[in-house]
Amino acid sequence: MAESRDNRVSTSRRRFLRESAAAGGAVIAGGLAGGAAMAQSAAPKADNLPPNIPEWMKAPGDPMGSQLYGTPSPFEKNVVKNIPKDLKQYLSASGRTPLQELDGIITPNGLFYERHHGGVPTIDPAEHRLMLHGLVDRPMIFTMEDIRRFPSQSRIHFIECSGNPVYTKPYGKTASDLVGLLSCAEWTGVSLKLVLQEAGLKPGAKWVVAEGADAAAMTRSIPIEKCLDDAMLVYSQNGERLRPQQGYPVRLLLPGFEGNMNIKWLRRLHVTAEPAYSREETSKYTDPMPDGTAREFTFYMEAKSIITRPSGGQHLAEPGFHQITGIAWSGHGKISRVDVSVDDGKSWQEAELQEPVLTRALTRFRLPWRWDGKPAVIQSRAIDETGYVQPTLAELLAVRGDNYYYHNNAIWPWRIAADGEVTNALA
Amino acid sequence: MRWHDLRPIPLAIMVLACAPQAMAQSAYGIGRAATPAEIAGWNIDIGGDGSNLPPGSGTVSHGREVFEQQCASCHGDKGEGGIGDRLVGGEGTLATTKPVRTVGSYWPYAPTLFDYIRRAMPQNAPQSLSNEDVYAVSAYVLNLNGLLPGDATLDAKTLAAIKMPNRDRFVSDPRPDVKNKACVRDC
Repeated sequence: MAESRDNRVSTSRRRFLRESAAAGGAVIAGGLAGGAAMAQSAAPKADNLPPNIPEWMKAPGDPMGSQLYGTPSPFEKNVVKNIPKDLKQYLSASGRTPLQELDGIITPNGLFYERHHGGVPTIDPAEHRLMLHGLVDRPMIFTMEDIRRFPSQSRIHFIECSGNPVYTKPYGKTASDLVGLLSCAEWTGVSLKLVLQEAGLKPGAKWVVAEGADAAAMTRSIPIEKCLDDAMLVYSQNGERLRPQQGYPVRLLLPGFEGNMNIKWLRRLHVTAEPAYSREETSKYTDPMPDGTAREFTFYMEAKSIITRPSGGQHLAEPGFHQITGIAWSGHGKISRVDVSVDDGKSWQEAELQEPVLTRALTRFRLPWRWDGKPAVIQSRAIDETGYVQPTLAELLAVRGDNYYYHNNAIWPWRIAADGEVTNALA
Repeated sequence: MRWHDLRPIPLAIMVLACAPQAMAQSAYGIGRAATPAEIAGWNIDIGGDGSNLPPGSGTVSHGREVFEQQCASCHGDKGEGGIGDRLVGGEGTLATTKPVRTVGSYWPYAPTLFDYIRRAMPQNAPQSLSNEDVYAVSAYVLNLNGLLPGDATLDAKTLAAIKMPNRDRFVSDPRPDVKNKACVRDC
């Protein structure tokens, strides 16, 4: 029995390798992931098409327990993180979510974007400690078991890197290349307010300096107002414990604030009267203006959206009905409206927002569209509950100049050619 | 602990939330006290004003030696940059179209240099340098930027006293700074 099952599994593996090679399966990751994934069904075998019975119905499939954790279908193997191959080094670097391959608003944990400043540490939760000290009545140390004893909550929020994307060419080919430093998950953990109350804040407590247990000892200062509002100590993501890349065993979650402030592998919270003025919040995550000044403590991610289908790297097979869909988000609250233009910004239509529309979470939007087969430029524009309207890149550059680096929330248009090819209209 | 034992807790939280000055008791009793020695061992935060800088000192000349051994392979022999950031030069470029942001041209606070070198550098062995070596490397980088003489010795007091050239050029976040209209036709 065991022998025949092994044969069957290896037959199926050979079949998969053969077919994925035929479909251009050698292409991995990078900006080509979208095109490669769409091309996988390009050459179906007639044996498996009607009126014939497909081969996968003529023998039992893989037995229970052949994957104790589970992996996606082998035919989805190109849907992976988008990691540049030309980085100077990989310890302080980022990898992007393949946004154009995903549906809904939740990012699968294995595809959540990554940004590390000193690599990904392997931390034994039994040996991890969270220290809380400074302007508190009772300096404290918590184990992971302690943290999980607090009343918990689960909330859905996005996290986005502030450099998503930069303002200067070359712009990316795909939605992932452009704004793939963005993901959204259901987070479970403890309200930070609750833990701060456990220690008792002293008068004069204005900031909390958070530090990670990674090799960069990543440090950011957070205003006490945010810590007492919706900040969380998070230990689970989409139902399972955090992945190491996302801060296992515990990270800070600051909904709507730039990604690097959501300190991963959190080991220390230092309550202070002044910000630390750490290297990250002075020399790095600041925005230079044309007059030589620089903006600091630019925490919020402003309203933004991107069409993910059709988007760069994809191809419309033929004229006729196509649903336009994408994602919108705002660090300032809920998305109230998303407009879509299919005529290069001359006119706009209101897209349908899929429920639930949650604060500081991705919101999925959709618009039915009939493509007439002529060249077109499509784009989306998010409006949040504060009334803020997502600007164009030109409008941002006019105010912020060419030296600005972070917080590019520009509208991004896609060009559709007569042959159906979709490309970046600003590249 | 049975369920009914937990019921007073929400009441306690309400009281705490209404009267922060009365937070003498913890609501849940979770966690333990951190000792001063434990805090001192982990609290490596140096304030922009130099608060919490440790005792010790280092010279520019010793800093040059440490830099050559530990830093130059990434940052260049004279801090000109490589795999790691450029550390030197760039003064007067921030208002041009080719700004060069370095310790000398951009960093607003000198003590941040000590903080970052100690916590994160060298990249392959962070927190391996002695405090004396960190003072020395900080002194050398400041010397390369013309902010310390070549015969200087740096300690907590002298490091905190250095006024960085770009100190007063950081401004708070004025966003929203772009006011786009949500017009639907002929925009």
